[in-house]
Amino acid sequence: MHIRCEDEIKLRKGGTSRCAFYFTHVCLFFYFVCIPSVCACCFVCVCVCVCVCVCLSPLQMEKVIVAMQDPDMGMKMRNQRLLITVIPHAMTGRDMITWLIQKYCICEEEALHISGMLVRYGYVYPLKEPRSLVLRPDESPYRFQTPYFWTSTRWPASELDYAIYLAKKNIRKQGELMEYEKERYSVLHKRINHTWDFVVMQAREQLRASKQRRKADRIVLECQEQAYWLINRPQPGAHNVLDMGLERPNNLSARVTLNQNSDFYKSEIETCRRALGRNRVKSSICLESFVKYSEQYQNHDPIMQGCLPSNPWISDDTAHWTMNLQIVPIPSRLRVERWSFSFMELLNDIMGRREFMIYLEKEFSAENLCFWQACEDIRHGESSRIVEKVEEIYKNFLTPGAARWVNVDSKTMDKTLKGIRHPHRFVMDDAQMHIYFLMKKDSYPRYLKSDLYKNLLAKAIVPQETKKSVFPFMRRQRHSSPSPAQGDGPAGADSAAGPHV
Amino acid sequence: MGEMEQLRKEADSLKDQITAARKAVQDTTLQEAVAEIPAVGRVQLKTRKTLRGHLAKIYAMHWGADSTLCVSASQDGKLIVWDSISTNKVNAIPLKSSWVMTCAYAPSGNLVACGGLDNMCSIYNLKGKDGNVKVMRELAAHTGYLSCCRFLSDTEIITSSGDCTCVLWDIETGTQKTVFAGHQGDCMSLAVSPDFKFFISGACDFTAKLWDIREEQCRQTFGGHESDINAIGVRMRKISPALLHQSSMQACFPHHFSFFQFFPNGNAVITGSDDATCKLHDLRADQDLLTYQDSSIMCGVTSLAPSLSGRLILAGYDDFNVNIWDTLKSERVGVLAGHDNRVSCIGVSSDGMACCTGSWDSFLKIWN
Repeated sequence: MHIRCEDEIKLRKGGTSRCAFYFTHVCLFFYFVCIPSVCACCFVCVCVCVCVCVCLSPLQMEKVIVAMQDPDMGMKMRNQRLLITVIPHAMTGRDMITWLIQKYCICEEEALHISGMLVRYGYVYPLKEPRSLVLRPDESPYRFQTPYFWTSTRWPASELDYAIYLAKKNIRKQGELMEYEKERYSVLHKRINHTWDFVVMQAREQLRASKQRRKADRIVLECQEQAYWLINRPQPGAHNVLDMGLERPNNLSARVTLNQNSDFYKSEIETCRRALGRNRVKSSICLESFVKYSEQYQNHDPIMQGCLPSNPWISDDTAHWTMNLQIVPIPSRLRVERWSFSFMELLNDIMGRREFMIYLEKEFSAENLCFWQACEDIRHGESSRIVEKVEEIYKNFLTPGAARWVNVDSKTMDKTLKGIRHPHRFVMDDAQMHIYFLMKKDSYPRYLKSDLYKNLLAKAIVPQETKKSVFPFMRRQRHSSPSPAQGDGPAGADSAAGPHV
Repeated sequence: MGEMEQLRKEADSLKDQITAARKAVQDTTLQEAVAEIPAVGRVQLKTRKTLRGHLAKIYAMHWGADSTLCVSASQDGKLIVWDSISTNKVNAIPLKSSWVMTCAYAPSGNLVACGGLDNMCSIYNLKGKDGNVKVMRELAAHTGYLSCCRFLSDTEIITSSGDCTCVLWDIETGTQKTVFAGHQGDCMSLAVSPDFKFFISGACDFTAKLWDIREEQCRQTFGGHESDINAIGVRMRKISPALLHQSSMQACFPHHFSFFQFFPNGNAVITGSDDATCKLHDLRADQDLLTYQDSSIMCGVTSLAPSLSGRLILAGYDDFNVNIWDTLKSERVGVLAGHDNRVSCIGVSSDGMACCTGSWDSFLKIWN
């Protein structure tokens, strides 16, 4: 559908193109088509040049249709008899032509053309011969398609809907599907097989519900649906009007255009500005950090390295898990090593925290960790107890002269004290951060160098891998729990090792 | 009108500047950065256990914190807590609504949650006094289906929903604490960072947003996948009006547009999408650095899980397989084939020992 540019319009008509908004005006001018998508006033009038390709876009056709249905100035409609049922609100082809000629002061040829377009695009559908999308200027009955099924509102027609429609048709009258429909049905069946239950279910439901309607309504709905699908999934070989370069807006732009007002843009600009101001780290540094992290944790990753003493999933021996429970008398070596990777690792492990606490007590700075733990409790605990917990913290840690006074800088202290008057879940965050960094920079590195930690590391268990009894002539494996990531070798040997997998 | 044009131009130019800034930070190619790392070699995992018991498609699973218990949700209306080592069912919880799309296990092990087309998140207490598992709370305030939920602790849970918002709830009182709105499409998935300070939500508007839980704001937005809108995924809400008839008949199409997981160090997010690729987005460089794709894979990714060290990514696909990727070299290093239907969910236990896959063939398999 061509949208002519301003220059061409001026050339054609020698006058300016005007924007006008009218539905029932009688005065008519010929204007060329020009409707941008964001225009408050609508261009209504349609001009068709018979010798040039039509320049009607769906929006314009819709204007015409709406005008046609206007109760005062629109078309006179009557009831048509179709076989034995009476269909309300139908009109004849002849009536349509006459009305168009009268309203827009065009000649019969042009009226035929316009009405033909209306039929081909599905705004009006014939009742007698639904598959032939032409407008006969005689007594053959036509009806307006409901706006729900207009091409512009329901674009694009999804495969799912089409499948449901075909399924309905199939169920209703076995074998009524045309050849090309049968083919498409089986193609769809293959393609969206995983939702086929849904399709059949929907089809049945819709059929069931439609049985409860009056016959006239049912026929009308069926005709509407059929007309819609004739347009949107035409017979192969038939002219597909929808191929003609109408933009296919995806749902996103459709949604966005609805919201595009100045507020939307203002908030977008705001977020963009914020995003622009963000500090971005070089990609080389980021990639390096991933590499380091993976390397550091490689030994701890059972999929990469296997695990000792044995893989519980293979050997059914839960020793590994027993050794790594939350609280054990002696932790395993890997675990203690992990505490040195980062401060959070230490704090996240209950045993790590305990050991750290012992160390801090020696250094007389245990109140820092207690404070941190209490703050965590507030952040993640029940809302109802926040107030009392905040009170306690204040009493124990923040009041000058308190038993376990923590050393928070004055600015943070002021902020926190002000916040305590209206306690909420995050009121202690700043103070908690401050103490966290204090511990991280100061106590944590010293702990890692301390004798306490080193002794623990030395004492830590390195579990012996359980030796399976193997036949003497079988190759000895290096790990009883082969690492899946070692390629051939242990994996190969594993499969040869007998009934353990 | 003129003002709008101006605003639009400004927004566009800012967006261009952001793209330029992101490009400026790309100072190395992937190949150079990872050239020296030894390759992983072929990774072979075998099915160690199969958990049988569900009667219909499994839509979600989640490991508990202790690495042996996991919970799974299926459309037969049951939430089952499994002891994966013995394959016994510890709890089988019947659900009020069988259209369940997600489930979660609390880090403490006391609670499980689930939700779906009933627009509610139901929380069950596993450690009730008399041994029965009962509904502890029903969090109902969403106007769209519940696509994902994750616990922060025993008192807080974050949910993402088809009404384009994510909500942080206070479980005790059953009220909403924060509503994170900003997406323009159904929120399909969410992932919480390892330090519980941030979470990422992904939606059908092609973007993922990083939210700060404390500040209640969106800090970063990522776009990036180029797939067409999945007709089924986006149209979930449009299907019911299209029925013209009853809308109580709602089908379940939990076709995740994108699935997320944080990289274990919390600095990156791995996403999977219907366009058959997975990408690694770095939060600090504000762009995606690595893409995992292969020309032989044409079906969408349904779920993802990184291994403990982050070196491997296990991703479940529509073609019934799970592909294992080497995170740093972007190569496929293994395949887990064993399901007879689409792999709908995957999880790696917290000690990294095993990976569990759940599928539409109603079985869960533990791989190791």
